Amino acid sequence: MTAPTVTRRAGGPDDAVGGVAPREVVRPGTVEEVADVLRAAAADGLTVVPVGGRSKLTWAAPPSSCDLLLDVTGLDRVVEHVAGDLTVVAEAGVRLADLQAQLGQAGQLLGLDPPEDGATLGGVVSANASGPRRLHYGTTRDLLIGTTVVLADGTVAHAGGKVVKNVAGYDLGKLYTGAHGTLGVVVSTTWRLHPVPPARRLVTLELPDVAAAGPLSVALARSTLTPSAVELIGTAGGPGRLVVLFESIAESVTDQARATVALLGGGEESEELPADLGRRPGGADDVLLRLAHVPAALSPVLRALPAGTAVAAHAATGVSYAAVPAGEAVDVLPRLRAAVAEHDGTAIVLRAPEGLVDRLDHWGPVGDALDLMRRVKERFDPERRMSPGRFVGGL
Amino acid sequence: MTAIAEPDTSQRTAALAERLRAAVGTERVLTDRTQVRTYECDGLANFKVTPAIVVLAENRQHVVDTVRLCSEAGVPFVARGSGTGLSGGALPRADGVLLVTSRLRSIGAVDADNRQVTVEPGVINLWVTRDATPFDLAYAPDPSSQLVCSIGGNVAENAGGAHCLKYGFTVNHVLGAEVVLPDGEVVHLGGRAPEHPGYDLLGAFIGSEGTLGVATELTLRLIRVPEAVQTMLVGYRSVEDAAGTVSDIIAAGIVPAAVEMMDALAIEAAEAAVSCGYPEGAVAVLVIELDGPEVEVEAQFRQVEEIARRRNAFETRIAADAAERALMWKGRKSAFAAVGRISPSYFVQDGVIPRTKLPEVLAEIDRMADERGLRVANVFHAGDGNLHPLVLFDDAVEGQAHEAEELAGAILELCITSGGSITGEHGVGQEKRMKMGKQFTAEDLDTMQLVRCAFDPDGIANPGKVFPTPRLCGERPGVHKGEHPVQAAGLGEVF
Ligand SMILES: Cc1cc2nc3c(=O)[nH]c(=O)nc-3n(C[C@H](O)[C@H](O)[C@H](O)COP(=O)(O)OP(=O)(O)OC[C@H]3O[C@@H](n4cnc5c(N)ncnc54)[C@H](O)[C@@H]3O)c2cc1C
Ligand SMILES: Cc1cc2nc3c(=O)[nH]c(=O)nc-3n(C[C@H](O)[C@H](O)[C@H](O)COP(=O)(O)OP(=O)(O)OC[C@H]3O[C@@H](n4cnc5c(N)ncnc54)[C@H](O)[C@@H]3O)c2cc1C
Repeated sequence: MTAPTVTRRAGGPDDAVGGVAPREVVRPGTVEEVADVLRAAAADGLTVVPVGGRSKLTWAAPPSSCDLLLDVTGLDRVVEHVAGDLTVVAEAGVRLADLQAQLGQAGQLLGLDPPEDGATLGGVVSANASGPRRLHYGTTRDLLIGTTVVLADGTVAHAGGKVVKNVAGYDLGKLYTGAHGTLGVVVSTTWRLHPVPPARRLVTLELPDVAAAGPLSVALARSTLTPSAVELIGTAGGPGRLVVLFESIAESVTDQARATVALLGGGEESEELPADLGRRPGGADDVLLRLAHVPAALSPVLRALPAGTAVAAHAATGVSYAAVPAGEAVDVLPRLRAAVAEHDGTAIVLRAPEGLVDRLDHWGPVGDALDLMRRVKERFDPERRMSPGRFVGGL
Repeated sequence: MTAIAEPDTSQRTAALAERLRAAVGTERVLTDRTQVRTYECDGLANFKVTPAIVVLAENRQHVVDTVRLCSEAGVPFVARGSGTGLSGGALPRADGVLLVTSRLRSIGAVDADNRQVTVEPGVINLWVTRDATPFDLAYAPDPSSQLVCSIGGNVAENAGGAHCLKYGFTVNHVLGAEVVLPDGEVVHLGGRAPEHPGYDLLGAFIGSEGTLGVATELTLRLIRVPEAVQTMLVGYRSVEDAAGTVSDIIAAGIVPAAVEMMDALAIEAAEAAVSCGYPEGAVAVLVIELDGPEVEVEAQFRQVEEIARRRNAFETRIAADAAERALMWKGRKSAFAAVGRISPSYFVQDGVIPRTKLPEVLAEIDRMADERGLRVANVFHAGDGNLHPLVLFDDAVEGQAHEAEELAGAILELCITSGGSITGEHGVGQEKRMKMGKQFTAEDLDTMQLVRCAFDPDGIANPGKVFPTPRLCGERPGVHKGEHPVQAAGLGEVF
């Protein structure tokens, strides 16, 4: 822990993760230093919570203990961008926005939507964050082709590689995706890239009732149109706006936008991306939920929400976000979970106002694989020192 | 015939066979030497092992019963689908059970609104698309063996196909799986909806080559059949020009549905077998397919033609209809089998390199083959950099098989040193496990073992495959074993 680029300081209230303030904050600058830190933490029996841009520390349950906050933002190098192979290797602390800017200069992009300020690659992977364009590009699990992680005992392990097609060994990158730092610290990531589409066109349709978006998004999915996103923004029981985004060559986006207006029976065409596209709904006083369900169940899922709930749905993908007013959340959540369960659905709490967090079951029911997940956690982190308590079933 | 197995093992398996018969029915348990021999290898015929017992499961309960009884008896089992694997993944154990899932063949109703379908593992890949076609849907992963290979095998190998370049691999098209764990417990990984909370164990299971359990049901994603498809066949006088075309297409920002390449020897073989009428005198051909909205396909198709011309293509043919497209693909898809016509024997290799390294790696493979006086035919997924060198040899020539095997191994090492992988779609299986240590460090492999140990602590699911050294779980140095101190002190449960 004495390597020159490591910085360390005492933790304060500003460093708290879900209300739990760390004793110490450590910011290593290299993979070796991360390994040193974890080995030292293991020797001292300390619990560790890795963080990136700290933009989404509420996305997992609060940790049961956090001795050390491991700030990964010091690992901020873009290691290798091979444009001809459409791949990039970048450290976990690289900010997604910075990476996109650099790739953009070569006419390429990483197919994850521009998220809120500050998100790092490690955070994107660990939180399994996605945005509206998941309809077209898929999510982290589809784009991440290689990873390096440091395990709880300081072991540095690589998985995958630098080529898009690779089936040698287990695909551990999938396992670290969405693991919220409970299986180790992601230190490096390798991605499959896409060319930046030359043109864009949107169709926006105002809906008197958000639930009408359900059949419309099914109709879009069953057509030969190839939108990169179908985003619904509105309020449950109230009006909504359906935004269909096309990104391709100019001839194609004009053609497809026209066909979309015909298919939807209306809609305005435009070229500018609305500022709120992809933003999570609601405000700091609401309980922000991520709902997942079979794609065609959008209407019944919207109807199961209390009237007035702000929603933003990646329609046609089966992922929706809802901001339930704090006063109703404790009652609503179990009912909502029961309703979405009919559509193989789940609802997780992404953010809740202070004081409410303890009264909400963060992850909800997990299904019959929970015991197997416990066994995985036990193998990777037998002493339960990595982000303890943050994951499903109290893992 | 005398038993090869050790006496104590054969007693153990004989007792197991009795229990299996009671559980799944006598007619589904084979122990007769001549009967079980049918299953002694998969598509990689140079490894053969006669299994002690074969179970022909017909439903999930048969799988559960078989796995549970194996677990209780401490007898290893190997799952097998259609047996078309090319890395010896379904190679049986002489002391174990071969659990055949190819009779689990029911296909659920196509859920067109959600673009998905749930199937049993023995369902043949092509049947999924056949059932989806009336809804204008299709199952994207299309291995060349799609007429015969099973979905269960595809999932275990994370199979690919010509259209992976645009649509991804099996893992990108499987939403959920019902899996019988090696202790007989049934779990559901993923589901019909996305984003199930918890670890992505489905992602870990896919491509695990039967070492983490047996899939008994799979929910597959279907894709919308695109508005337009166009296919062209382009002939070149040099391999470099063909490879250069591939790079230029990608550099132009075009993502084709498929870009497949064949070299002179592969063309010769395909012609001999199916008379596909590829351009006369071509040293290399590309089969390029674009799909999507009509205007997009048309504009990009013109661009691709132009790129090919600049790269000195001497002949470009555009498929006028589905029949012509089928013929172009027929040559490509039959190439493996066709090589048998120009060489008594051959090894199929499967390695991956970064696409930009294609010209230099192909030249190096040529050089390495020349050096040994052997011939290598190349037919592969050029867009992904996924090579399939076919190393030709003559069994009748003393030592040539061995030389060919060495060359195949050297090609794999070339893939690794070029920044690639030892397998893009056929899997590690029995064949390549000793090469894993060249691509991965001991720490990497130990970390993979952590997953293995969580799923299969007793190591009875397809043991001896994928990993170079079978380890006992808990053997990993530095791993904390036993009870947690907090638990030991009675202060709390670990979970
Ligand atoms: C309004 C809004 C809009 C958004 N839109 C998008 C969007 O369009 N697309 C999108 O992709 N995302 C979006 N996000 C999500 C957000 O940007 C991501 O959750 C982000 O990826 C978190 O990154 P971070 O670096 O801030 O991580 P942090 O908040 O620091 O950490 C997130 C989690 O990952 C763990 N973690 C962080 N780094 C590591 C590491 N190196 N190794 C192991 N574990 C680690 C942490 O412990 C924590 O559990 C949005 C969020 C909001 C609030
Ligand atoms: C001519 C030819 C062309 C080919 N082309 C391609 C190609 O283009 N792309 C490609 O990817 N592959 C290709 N292959 C290889 C092979 O077809 C694939 O690997 C296929 O996925 C194997 O499926 P199978 O049902 O035959 O599996 P098997 O060979 O029976 O088994 C393969 C592996 O899967 C495991 N397994 C089988 N069923 C289950 C189950 N239910 N649960 C858990 N594990 C199970 C086995 O234990 C074994 O490890 C080709 C093979 C041939 C002969």
